[in-house]
Order: sequence, then structure tokens, then C-alpha cells
Amino acid sequence: MTQIVQMRGMNKYFGTLHVLKEIDLTVDAGEVVVIIGASGSGKSTLIRCVNGLEEFESGKLVVDGNELAPKGGNQKALAEIRKEVGMVFQQFNLFPHLTVKKNIMLAPRKVKEAPEPIASATADRLLNRVGIASQADKYPSHLSGGQQQRVAIARALAMEPRLMLFDEPTSALDPEMIGEVLDVMRELAKEGMTMMVVTHEMGFAREVADRVIYIHEGQIVEEGKPADVFDNPQNERTQAFLSRVLAH
Amino acid sequence: MEFQFQFDWQAAINSIPYLLKGIPYTLLISFGGLAIGFVLGIIFGLLSINKKWFFRWPATAYIEIFRGTPILVQVLFIFYGLPDLVGGPIDPLTAGIAAIALNSGAYISEVVRGGVQSIDKGQTEAGLSLGLSRSQTFWSIIWPQAFRRMIPPLGNQAIVSIKDTSLFSVIGVGELVRQGQVYIANTFTAFEVYFVVALMYLAITLSLSLVLRLIERRGLASV
Repeated sequence: MTQIVQMRGMNKYFGTLHVLKEIDLTVDAGEVVVIIGASGSGKSTLIRCVNGLEEFESGKLVVDGNELAPKGGNQKALAEIRKEVGMVFQQFNLFPHLTVKKNIMLAPRKVKEAPEPIASATADRLLNRVGIASQADKYPSHLSGGQQQRVAIARALAMEPRLMLFDEPTSALDPEMIGEVLDVMRELAKEGMTMMVVTHEMGFAREVADRVIYIHEGQIVEEGKPADVFDNPQNERTQAFLSRVLAH
Repeated sequence: MEFQFQFDWQAAINSIPYLLKGIPYTLLISFGGLAIGFVLGIIFGLLSINKKWFFRWPATAYIEIFRGTPILVQVLFIFYGLPDLVGGPIDPLTAGIAAIALNSGAYISEVVRGGVQSIDKGQTEAGLSLGLSRSQTFWSIIWPQAFRRMIPPLGNQAIVSIKDTSLFSVIGVGELVRQGQVYIANTFTAFEVYFVVALMYLAITLSLSLVLRLIERRGLASV
């Protein structure tokens, strides 16, 4: 198995706050890893380190063969990583001044210098895939939250990433729109995309994840197959967290 | 004592052709100065939010100096003071354009800074995460959005600068107010002439407001 992500003894601080403590984690090609934990536990920070949106202070991080140096060193590796890693944000972060289709075409045009017709065809195909082909020429503000998040997924896929990061992709959505976004993610997982997903959707985690990681105060305290973590958690912190989130 | 004042319409109308000669100068100084001021504003506005202090400090100094001193003093300094430094006279038109450029540039820097800083950080993160470089992210994602938000305050600054050119009558540029003063010196019809002068400024600024409103409506429709 090829390792897409490899973290060894990674530490991250916000000022004096130690947010990630000695993180050891690997993600294999085709694997879906779901990261759960309370808010403020460091789970978002963890995946934001993978594409360099957050710098780390010490340890080792290799993404698809590119090694990132601590404190934002090795900008060349970072540029490579960002071309190969897609990210979906909680707040969608679509570009409001561009149409849906132009949102998707921007990175292929600018980064890969793809010719207009090819980028356009890719955008059409991806919009079809996420089920919103009819909205191509609208501006993001005219779409529902669920549709916007599906555009955001299509936008990331347009760069043909080797790894997709999802940072609480359904947390900003109205309940009735969560399903349509999770469906797209489920499809993606089925097609073999390597994914790291931070989410509070325990049903999705149980169903789609190959591995679930529970993170508590910046430390990985439990890790395993979803059935094991959810039904038979070993660490008492995991037990307490799951009893809180699964109770309601 | 009885005092009766009569507005002399004929005097007002007679002054128009002479006053109109000042308008090209008013427009040239305003828009010439604003064009340069816009470039200065982009440069110093962006420098003022640079992470590196040696870019940020000089930009901040420029902004504070030209916002914190009266434009009348600035133009007097350029016209009467600078020749001592450069060793030759500066013509009034150049001095006027330079004063508008430097002064509006300082205010526009603040407009640029505010516009750029108002764009959500998530936009930059989305651009970077897609593999765009910092400058690609800025120019194709942040700047177009920031610029739309800058249009109303830029219009505001344009109107302020147009009116500021009226002060440059003191250095003898033949702009609108100067033309009025010369005309009044010969006809003693101050009320009528300044009334017409005021109307001419209003015509210029109202036309600009109208154009800006059209641009705004078109530009902001999609966001």
C-alpha cells in the first residue's frame, strides 16, 4: 500500500497552547479516515496541517512523497502538495464573484494552465457528477447551502487530487441538506478516493470510514475500525465522548 | 436704511463662457491626480498590510503624513517649497496634479487596505488549497472582490478631490475658482459668479455620482 500521508511526532502550538501533541498517523491510498472529537480538540488543525494552511512546530509530515518542513519551511514541497490535495471547508468558501462553472475552472486554468475547452468540459462533467449541472451559470449566492457545498467538492475534484480533506463539510448546513452532501462524499469514497474527514456525522463515519480516529486535547487517544471504536471503545475519554454525541 | 439686493441674471449668464475655460483645468487636475493617486493607493495600501515591517512602516508613514496635513499646505509646499530643493520652478498645473495625487493616494491607500482586509480569510485559504500561488490567489480571487467593495469609497474620494482643486486658485492655476476670482475682479458680481461656480462643481460631482451608481448597480449585482 502506498502511504499518502505520513505524520511522525508532529507538534503544533498556537502561542503557548499545545494543540497537537506528538501526532503519529498514516493514511494509505484509497483509505477513508474519519477524525472525530470535541470542538477545540485539534481535529481541524490536524487536517489543515496536511496542506499547509497551518504550520507545525516540530516533527515530520510527508504528503504523497513531498516532505514539509516545520514552521512553513520547504515552500516547493508545499506548492506540490497543494496541487495534489483538495480541501472542502465548513463555510464552502466558494468565490462569490465567479459563476459556479468559473469557480470550478479557475484552478485548472491558472495552476495547470488547462486550455479553456478542456477546463470547461471537466467542469461540466464534475457538475453532472455532483448533480447540479443546471446551475452552472449561476452565482454561488443563488444556490442553497447543500448545492454550494457540492460545487465546492466539484471545485476541489477539478484538480484531480490524490487526497481530499473535508473540514466539517456539513456543519454549516441545514439538516435537510446534509444528506445530499454526504451522498456525494459516499460516492467519492466508493470510487476509491483517499479521504480525511473531520465530521460530527457519526452515522457517516460508521458507514463510510475505513478507520476512525478519536482525538482529545491534541492527542490521538483511540484509533480503529468504526465498529470497534463505536461499539467497543477502549479509552474512557472516547467512551465519554461517544456517549455524549450518540445519546441525542 | 433700506437695502435691496437683486440677483443679476444677466451677469450670471455673461460669466459662463469665461468660467467654462476653468473646467478643463479642474478636470485635468482632479482626474490626472486621481489616476496617479489610484496607483499610489494600490501600492501603498497593499504595502501597509504587508507582513514585513520594512514595507509596512514607510507606507504607513506616507499615509499618515498626507492624511494628517491640510492639502492647502501640501500644495503650497510643493509649489513654493519644493523649487528650493529641486533647483527650479514647478509650474502650477504640475504642482496641483501632484498635490491631488499624493493626497488622494493616502486616502485611497486606506480604501484599498479596508477593501482587501474585508474579504474573508476563507477565500485565501480556498485559493491556496487549490494550488494557486499567493499572488494568483490575490489577483484572481481577493482583488476582484475587494475592488467591488472599494467603488463607493473611491467615488467619495473622487468627489472630495474634485472639490479640493478649488484651493489651488492660490497658486494661480486657471481652474474654476481662479477664473471666477479674475472675472469678479473686473465686474464686481461676486454673488452671481460664485453661484455659477458652485453650480458648475455640482454639475461635475452629480454626473460622477450618477456614473458611479450605475457602475455599482452593475458590479455588485452578482455578489
